[in-house]
Amino acid sequence: MQMRIVAGVGLCALATMALKPSTVKSAGGTVSGKVTFTGTPPHMKPIDMAKEPSCAKQHATPVMNESVVTGPGSTLGDVVVYISAGAPASTPPGAAATFDQKGCQYLPHVLALEAGQKLEVKNDDQTSHNIHPMSKLNPEWNKSQPPGAPPIEVVYNKPEFIPVKCNVHPWMHGYFAVLNTSHSAVTGSDGTYSLAGLPPGKYTVTAWQERFGTQSQEVTIAGSETAKLDFVLKATEY
Amino acid sequence: MDIVSASAIEHPPAQEHHHTAPTGFIRKYVFSLDHKVIGKQYLGLGLIAVCTGMVLSWIMRYHLAFPNKPVPLVGLFAPTFAAGGVITPEFYLQLMTMHGTIMVFFVLTTAPFAGFGNFVLPLQVGAEDMAFPRFNMMSFWVTFVAFLVLVTAFFVPDGPPLSGWTAYAPLSAVGKAAGPGQGLGQSLWVVSIGIFCIGQLLGSLNFIATTLDLRVKGMTLARLPQSTWAWFITSIIGLIAFSVLLPACVLLLLDRVAGTSFFIPSGLVVSDALQPHSGGSPLLWQHLFWFFGHPEVYIAIVPGFGIVSTILPAMCRKPHLGPRVLIACELAIAGLSYMVWGHHMFLSGMSPMSATLFSVPTLIITIPAAIITLLWLGTIYGSKLRINTASLFCLGFVSVFVTGGLSGFFLSQPSIDTYLHGTYFVVGHFHFVMGVAAMFGIFAGTYYWFPKMFGRMMSETLGKWHFALTFIGVYATFMPMHWLGLAGNVRRYSSFPSDYMQGSLTLHRFITFSALFLGAAQLIFLFNLLWSRLRGPVAPDNPWEATSLEWSTTSPPPFDNFGGRHPIVRHGPNEYGVSGPRGDYIMQTDPPVVGAEGA
Amino acid sequence: MFAAAVAIIAVVSAAVFAAHIWWLPPDISKLGMRIDGQIAETMVFTGALFVAAQLALATFVWRSTGRAGAIRIFPGGPMPLVALASIIVGMEVLSLVFIGTKVWSAIFLAPIEANALHIDVQAGQFAFYFRYAGPDGKFGVPHPELIDEGNSNFFGLDPKNDTAARDDIVSASLVVPVDQPVLLTMHSKDVGHSLFIPQLRLQQDFVPGLVIPVQFTATGIRKTEIVCTQLCGLGHYNMRAYFEVLSKADYAKWLQDQAGQ
Repeated sequence: MQMRIVAGVGLCALATMALKPSTVKSAGGTVSGKVTFTGTPPHMKPIDMAKEPSCAKQHATPVMNESVVTGPGSTLGDVVVYISAGAPASTPPGAAATFDQKGCQYLPHVLALEAGQKLEVKNDDQTSHNIHPMSKLNPEWNKSQPPGAPPIEVVYNKPEFIPVKCNVHPWMHGYFAVLNTSHSAVTGSDGTYSLAGLPPGKYTVTAWQERFGTQSQEVTIAGSETAKLDFVLKATEY
Repeated sequence: MDIVSASAIEHPPAQEHHHTAPTGFIRKYVFSLDHKVIGKQYLGLGLIAVCTGMVLSWIMRYHLAFPNKPVPLVGLFAPTFAAGGVITPEFYLQLMTMHGTIMVFFVLTTAPFAGFGNFVLPLQVGAEDMAFPRFNMMSFWVTFVAFLVLVTAFFVPDGPPLSGWTAYAPLSAVGKAAGPGQGLGQSLWVVSIGIFCIGQLLGSLNFIATTLDLRVKGMTLARLPQSTWAWFITSIIGLIAFSVLLPACVLLLLDRVAGTSFFIPSGLVVSDALQPHSGGSPLLWQHLFWFFGHPEVYIAIVPGFGIVSTILPAMCRKPHLGPRVLIACELAIAGLSYMVWGHHMFLSGMSPMSATLFSVPTLIITIPAAIITLLWLGTIYGSKLRINTASLFCLGFVSVFVTGGLSGFFLSQPSIDTYLHGTYFVVGHFHFVMGVAAMFGIFAGTYYWFPKMFGRMMSETLGKWHFALTFIGVYATFMPMHWLGLAGNVRRYSSFPSDYMQGSLTLHRFITFSALFLGAAQLIFLFNLLWSRLRGPVAPDNPWEATSLEWSTTSPPPFDNFGGRHPIVRHGPNEYGVSGPRGDYIMQTDPPVVGAEGA
Repeated sequence: MFAAAVAIIAVVSAAVFAAHIWWLPPDISKLGMRIDGQIAETMVFTGALFVAAQLALATFVWRSTGRAGAIRIFPGGPMPLVALASIIVGMEVLSLVFIGTKVWSAIFLAPIEANALHIDVQAGQFAFYFRYAGPDGKFGVPHPELIDEGNSNFFGLDPKNDTAARDDIVSASLVVPVDQPVLLTMHSKDVGHSLFIPQLRLQQDFVPGLVIPVQFTATGIRKTEIVCTQLCGLGHYNMRAYFEVLSKADYAKWLQDQAGQ
């Protein structure tokens, strides 16, 4: 009897987890666009991983510094675009956001997640990594993860852009973008993003890049249309 | 009857009882003023600490031999630090820091000095108690609090500090930005060591006052047994050393919590954050710490000299060779111990000129140390050696002291230190000369004075097995560390990543197996302690036919030590190999014998 | 039993040292062989004392155990032993100090050679970075507040305002030409570290707040490792870098490649 109730509760939970994203996405409008830059971006240098041969040999060509990722046509990658105001209150998704360490790089370099969402940090390397998210509003932690250790699970409850570093490998830097919303996207090197499933209303959309700062624009969604919203960030060389 | 020589001390011995025997459990066993209970409490604390420290070293050794393999059971007890039992690099360093701190402070300082010294010293000078019994009680309980504060670090969120037992600034000073455990854990460490200093200062004062003021009639300084001399010299070393470490800890704590910059220079960027400090010097901490740290080595080892030099003549049935030379050598070592701290800092960035200045007195220390060793060998020569566990541990002490002392020749030369500094050679060296030699002194003292403490003999069969396995285990564990060091293997590494020092893994595995074997051998000792305490044969007053005053009273001694008598001393402690009414020895309290008058 | 154990342990231990089963890696520096000579001399002296003392202990224990008859006092009492120890150890101490001081001052007190290649070294949690002056031969001024590892600005250079800093070459490996005196200026960005190159017989701490000069000349072409030997935090075990000695031509090419990046 007890078993069956537990199983039932479990099934319900599974069902809601499976259904929620689709119900959100099926209705409402979309905001999409492209992030580009003006000005001269800094020269990105190759990363010297000589100190960690097990990682260096995973990369045929040297990995470039990822603090500014650009594409042809001045597009800008690793920009977090999100609804900063106007979004209806949402409950955090049940699925965990994954932050992987592979080849002594963070995959992804910038991870967007919602406050209260579970975050899972994995180590796929043959070397120990250290994860040190230098949060100011959320509790700060600093832990090593040897190869073979289970994933580290953590939940951030306050929105914050948290710089993450690996103390062991100084070139490894990334960001946790902890947001108040589930409506967020991180651009690829082509600079495009898309925020779907927005109910009608007036929204503030913000783009954030780790070196070039933030930019916000307002947009109004009436029904199920797709609104175009491009961002142009100003690049600085140094 | 009163043929007390003119050299006897002029003031009368303690006339009145310091305090009457307590009856309640708490006053008798917990907050006791009795030096014998306090001595046992110190030894009990040392026993708990040494077991803790040893378990920590097992985890480290297992991890070094099998990096990235989960260590059995650790995942259960430390899930937050070692998920699934896999030791993280910071947890390794935290274990190492706690191992070093617990062993150096709470074992090697408390047991041979505060533990045995408390129990035996008043008995050997013929006193009813320490000079300041309340200070004595305070000294133990302060030390106990220090231990609790230190162990608390295991239970705070980020765990204990990872900066080693030397807590070099600024790693130890800038706070949690420097790494896990450098927050609250490191603060607890600093507070604990500060408290510990207070306990040791109280203890040292007490030892000095007792030795100088509470000697009974006839107990001249020259008639003090070697062990009391050693504790006396140790307490002088401790008084100066701990009174430097205490303010150093206060300054470090201020840097951590009050924003001062005694040890932190300007322009430091730790974990991507510019530190708000300026004007301090990391070398200042090293100078203050090692000004304490080197004498600390002698605080750990000089009581061992005394214990061995007290037990050896009794077991050899022969007077100690050159007892006054021995004391002079110990005094020389004590004096020199304050001039050599810089040999820990040859490569620290202090002026290279000063290296020679610190190297020469360090090398000179080897002369009194060599003389002491030769005096022991000369004492054994031509003696009628009785082999038992106590004497075996004394002989083992001589052997490991020689081994550890000789490797010091390398490290005391700055040009060689350029290569060996920071390698396992150093680890091998200090484990032999400070760790193992001092532990052998503790073991010898335990087997020797256990009958006096508890009125029962320890099992000799178990004792000899304990010695044999320990002696072999010690050499198998610590001798190969010298070889690792010569090959350039660096210490304090939780594992050897990628291609660095991969060839040393086999030797590391061997050391790990020896260390586990050595640890298992100590279970025999623990069992022997427990079994002998409950079931051991009842001990006579003087089972070893020894001469000093503690053997002239009952086993265990009554509350006031000599049952209201004030013993009168008529002989030195070295009257072995003579013919007297008792046999081949004359106790210090025996009536004068024609032709065998002692010093 | 005890005597036999001590004798066996002493002989076996000494034999392993003498056989050089675990020994120093080959030396590739100008001054290293003098350090090796100092180690060898100390090894012979302490080895002899070690074996002699342990065997004496074993012999005396073996001869004394359960002996019948009267005890025998050591011939001459303590004074001959005092004299023996003082003379033997004293002489050795004098000679070691005499030779050792010369070796030490050759390494750490020698004047800086005029043609030395200057490389700026910064240690930080948990990596070394080596800075070469670049084509202009001038180092940019480091500013701690500008250090930004995420953007590969490990030294806190200010290329925007400081033209000397723009062409500084920063490498994670220490690459030097063979037979060329090299001057390292060592400084730390955060806590204490140490630079140890076993094949150069060279070790020196980094002290936050100090810039410490160290000189060496590598004499063999080889790629080997630099490790940190001062406890610096959780990544200490992994604080390492490569040390590469190249021929003069290869070094020039390497430098050119670096400048092009």
